[in-house]
Amino acid sequence: MESKSTWTVKTGFADMFKNGVIMDVTDAQQAKIAQDAGAVAVMALDMVPADIRKAGGVARMASIKVIKEIMDVVSIPVMAKCRIGHIAEARILESVGIDFIDESEVLTPADDRFHVNKHEFKVPFVCGCRNLGEALRRIAEGAAMIRTKGEAGTGNVVEAVKHARQVWEEVRKLKNMPEEELVTVSKETGAPLDLIRTVKELGRLPVVNFAAGGVATPADAALMMILGMDGVFVGSGIFKSENPAKMASAIVQAVLHWNDFDMLAKISEDLPPAMKGIEISELEVHLQERGW
Amino acid sequence: MIIGILSMQGAIEEHEAAFRKLDLTTLRVKKPVDLQSVDGLVFPGGESTTMIRLMALSGLFEPLAELIGRKKMPVYGTCAGMILLSKGVTNYSEQRCLGLIDIWVERNAFGRQIDSFEAPIMIDDLGKEAFPAVFIRAPLIRHIGPEVRLMATYRQEAIMARQDNVLVSAFHPELTGDLRIHMYFSQMVSGWRHSQS
Repeated sequence: MESKSTWTVKTGFADMFKNGVIMDVTDAQQAKIAQDAGAVAVMALDMVPADIRKAGGVARMASIKVIKEIMDVVSIPVMAKCRIGHIAEARILESVGIDFIDESEVLTPADDRFHVNKHEFKVPFVCGCRNLGEALRRIAEGAAMIRTKGEAGTGNVVEAVKHARQVWEEVRKLKNMPEEELVTVSKETGAPLDLIRTVKELGRLPVVNFAAGGVATPADAALMMILGMDGVFVGSGIFKSENPAKMASAIVQAVLHWNDFDMLAKISEDLPPAMKGIEISELEVHLQERGW
Repeated sequence: MIIGILSMQGAIEEHEAAFRKLDLTTLRVKKPVDLQSVDGLVFPGGESTTMIRLMALSGLFEPLAELIGRKKMPVYGTCAGMILLSKGVTNYSEQRCLGLIDIWVERNAFGRQIDSFEAPIMIDDLGKEAFPAVFIRAPLIRHIGPEVRLMATYRQEAIMARQDNVLVSAFHPELTGDLRIHMYFSQMVSGWRHSQS
């Protein structure tokens, strides 16, 4: 008979985002701009990561009122972030009917040792990672989708590139690894052995893997697709640029035409200035270090 | 015989993998020129608003109307793909569609993601064994023209239909291991290919 919230239904939903762009928005008007520009989903937040950095203090789940307004105005899926380990925020978002929860290092962690047991929820989750072990630990907890952490709110793509390359490097190593070495990989990465075997067999993560954390231009988005990512999250890059609608549309087109460099040149020709961006060595807080 | 996958956005790889298991060659269609080498076309699942916008920017409307509407090349739309092929969306009337099959659809007809589900359904054309259908924020067929043949229902609602060369389903066969619909469609494609030579 009818079964809801199965692993197929959760990971299959993430499959539908592939080759697309998910955009951070802070109100209904921005959500409409994102949808009109071709976003496959929007992520509802109180502030984009660049402003969270500036504001300091404790960053929490977005206002439920704003989340509901966003859900009312767009027909595409709406995601929202909960704090790492914040079971109650996650349950509240599920109750509101959010389509996907990002248990995110961009918000201040609520638990300094444990993540949410995402298997227990009807709603699917996405989580960030910097390497294969972290990705597989999150999948073991029930994440139906993974993204690189990168360094959110910087407009600097270098950390997203580092994390994407790191995951792929470890996947490639596993593919050629003899069975007797797998238990030690499991021990060293803290990832369950069965998931390590699955990755070795598939030659990729068993769930959709997006890029996130520093994508600010169409060229950045294309770079992440060249590196083998399934799609792209753009946070501050759109609504911190000088013409969000134009930047959003250009990034969506760049993800489609990532391997057609004449098209990318055309897409990049008449762009408004991108967000300013921050050099990683100048950062006081590294959001990517949150998560266990 | 080459089956094109409309590759604006969405679950492209999953359809490619299904046809690969049937030993069939696929090609990603992003521009009008790509259509010259294909004998059939799949519109995958994804976000219909995203796809329609990118299709307009890529100049695909006219060549698709010519190939599918006039030359009758077979096409199969799953979920968002079904929405794109329909005449329009009952609950988002401003959404542009291609109008290549005489149906109207309701988007997100079962609700949001937490209402998504899988269920076995019966498709008479595919035999007596139930088909494992996956419905993800799925649409439903709301109005069916006289030339359209209804192929499957779920709880008395229309979920799969065919009009001549256009096949649509509200669910995702590419997310299951069952290849019968991909096989059925490939037979439509090979039939059309022979009629062209």
